[in-house]
Amino acid sequence: MKIFLLCVLVALAFLIGAYLYRVLQGPTIFDRVLGLSGISTKAIILLIVIGAYFERVDIFVDISTGYALLNLMGALAVAKYLEQKGLP
Amino acid sequence: MGLFSIIFILAGLFFLIVAAIGVIRLPDVFSRSHAVSLTDSLGAFLMLIGIALHEGLSENALKILAVLALLYIQNPVIEHATIRAALRAGLKPWKRETP
Repeated sequence: MKIFLLCVLVALAFLIGAYLYRVLQGPTIFDRVLGLSGISTKAIILLIVIGAYFERVDIFVDISTGYALLNLMGALAVAKYLEQKGLP
Repeated sequence: MGLFSIIFILAGLFFLIVAAIGVIRLPDVFSRSHAVSLTDSLGAFLMLIGIALHEGLSENALKILAVLALLYIQNPVIEHATIRAALRAGLKPWKRETP
């Protein structure tokens, strides 16, 4: 089971690379915001899988909850700011 | 219990890979948002359910389900806000050029 979880961790890390391509490449700024939101979803899953790998889910799940709340506030703030300001 | 969790985690990984391919391949913001919000939410659901099954019936499994509920609230909200901002900023949705 530990080997399997390690393989899942490596696959998730490669998926973050795909989203990072969209953040760096994206034609408009909304693509970058969307890519960052996808990266943070992957980071939440990654933290919980790391917790299952080290058999300490009880501490890693709290970190991932805090990360999810931070991501919600940050992405909403950027979206509301861009909505008022218009396309740069 | 172990076999079920492995099946759930593999299904979640499949949907996450599909979402990543969609983010790279789709043509504009409005179509990419489908890949990021819908497919990503399904993949996260399956994968976190798999980890919760791996943990068994305990406090940790309930905490993982709480994180899952948080993800299901926040993911559509973020995509909706971003796409509304893009539409109000004046971006036109992508159309196939008809010959």
